[in-house]
Amino acid sequence: MTTIAIPSGMPQYEDVPRYDVQAVRADFPMLEREVNGHPMVYLDSANTSQKPRQVLDVLREHYERHNGNVARSVHTVGTEATEAYEGARAKVATFINAPSPDEVVFTKNSTEAINLVAYAFLSASVGGAASAGRGAPDERFRIGPGDEIVISEMEHHSNIVPWQLLCERTGATLRWFGITDGGRLDESNLEELVNERTKLVSLVHMSNILGTVNATARITERVRQVGALLLLDCSQSVPHLPVDVVDLDADFIAFTGHKMCGPTGIGVLWGRSELLAAMPPFLGGGSMIETVAMTGSTFAPPPARFEAGTPPIAEAVALGAAVDYLSGIGMRAIQWHEKELTAYALDALETVPGLRIFGPRVPVGRGGTISFAMEGVHPHDVGQILDAQGVEVRVGHHCARPVCVRFGVPATTRASFYLYTTTSEVDALVRGLEQVRKVFG
Amino acid sequence: MQVDQLYQEIILDHYKHPHGRGLREPYTAEAHHVNPTCGDEVTIRVDLEAGVLRDVSYDGMGCSISQASASVLHELLTGRDTDEISVVHAAFVELMSGRGQVTPDEELLGDAVAFAGVARYPARVKCALLPWMAFKDAAARAGVVVEANSGTERSEVKTA
Ligand SMILES: Cc1ncc(COP(=O)(O)O)c(C=O)c1O
Repeated sequence: MTTIAIPSGMPQYEDVPRYDVQAVRADFPMLEREVNGHPMVYLDSANTSQKPRQVLDVLREHYERHNGNVARSVHTVGTEATEAYEGARAKVATFINAPSPDEVVFTKNSTEAINLVAYAFLSASVGGAASAGRGAPDERFRIGPGDEIVISEMEHHSNIVPWQLLCERTGATLRWFGITDGGRLDESNLEELVNERTKLVSLVHMSNILGTVNATARITERVRQVGALLLLDCSQSVPHLPVDVVDLDADFIAFTGHKMCGPTGIGVLWGRSELLAAMPPFLGGGSMIETVAMTGSTFAPPPARFEAGTPPIAEAVALGAAVDYLSGIGMRAIQWHEKELTAYALDALETVPGLRIFGPRVPVGRGGTISFAMEGVHPHDVGQILDAQGVEVRVGHHCARPVCVRFGVPATTRASFYLYTTTSEVDALVRGLEQVRKVFG
Repeated sequence: MQVDQLYQEIILDHYKHPHGRGLREPYTAEAHHVNPTCGDEVTIRVDLEAGVLRDVSYDGMGCSISQASASVLHELLTGRDTDEISVVHAAFVELMSGRGQVTPDEELLGDAVAFAGVARYPARVKCALLPWMAFKDAAARAGVVVEANSGTERSEVKTA
């Protein structure tokens, strides 16, 4: 691993918070299992993370001890469930440094969170009963021919398709940032791309395929200049590094519970309270209303306005436990652990003959997700041989097909790390790749 | 290693040294199939005349299983008449859908018996079937229906 001497007076390596990885691993029951006769080497956390016992216990305890519906019962267990659910909202708010828990909207996942914003634009643009407090729709969400939405070539399909649909339905134009050969966001045409016609820039914070972490300051500045809105898809960043919404200065962020030690079925849209208040509802139903008459209804203020129906209560509570768990270890420490692992893995992978890495090849401005190709071997075959040795990686286009097209490959193999990943697991990957070369050599 | 069942020598051999690869003229019809989950692609051309498959040519990109499967298809079906093709096609589809429970008829399926192991990997069955489905499509465009249920006539087929 590359180590660089840091001048004295600057923060030293020893100043970085650390934790005992083996102790962390002991919290994750899944990490004890075997796959195909080998200890499982789980290198697919960008897809979904494993869950610690602390989270699983809370999930079970909620159903065993506190189960009731939220926001609609006066009885004791209903109150307990409501307190737990709202408590989770407050924990999540603190975790991302949101000014208020009311800025945290629980959704099913990132995909739904992004769609929620896209539908706010759609509803505001078709007008009528859809508008927020029933007044005139907010101009910032009205979109039509001549308006533009900007995304990037680096997006997950979840941050492409909703905007394609919105543009098709409203006549607006979808534009995008490109990717440099090195796997970074190409900001060279920022001034032209983000302009007076831009209504929204929706950008991935950390790429799920290249591992790139996008520096957003310049883009935020430009977005503010032209008076557009900024959404960051933080599905891959919130689980892996400290994310502070005040610091980021975004308007919305989206993330998903199952990638951050939480259960499936729960995600988050964070939005500035003033913007959420200006947005028309998404799904209609129970819990999102103020009053309902046969002739029409009025809607609750956020976040309730966007949480129609019985929400994923236990999942939200367990997400709160996940946030506690991650905070207990410390996001800085997790970030640093993954940085060291990534440096180790990049060096180790460079030693594999015929291996090509897509994305940044230095552990700077990137996270612990590494995509690569093995010369002459299809990713499916790579993944299969690795699986035979218990090494679980993802192969395919990773729901980011435009990135594959950009680099001229149909698919890639991707190894992704988390707080519980060890250097010996990286070694197992490299050994597995040697086996791949033997079979297909 | 269990994975040996999947990557049998025969399959790796067809992958590394494919038979009859490349798109050729003349042809009666062509079909292009994609596996949307992994992006594997294959184009198949059939040259059918008077009920006989004079040539089946193909090109594609994808994993060893899908590409070897196309090579085996070429080897098994070239020169056969449409009745025989239906029987072989049905036998291969049956083998692949059998979750490893079907014992393949080696006389009928030749090198394709090596795919028996693939049937145990549900995620890979689609890879093996990709060229066969594209072939069926191309044949249909050439006016030949490849029946799925011709298994009963299997015994009448002579090996190529
Ligand atoms: C960058 C990014 N955005 C969005 C998503 C979608 O997350 P989910 O499937 O939980 O909605 C993912 C994960 O698959 C992702 O990595």
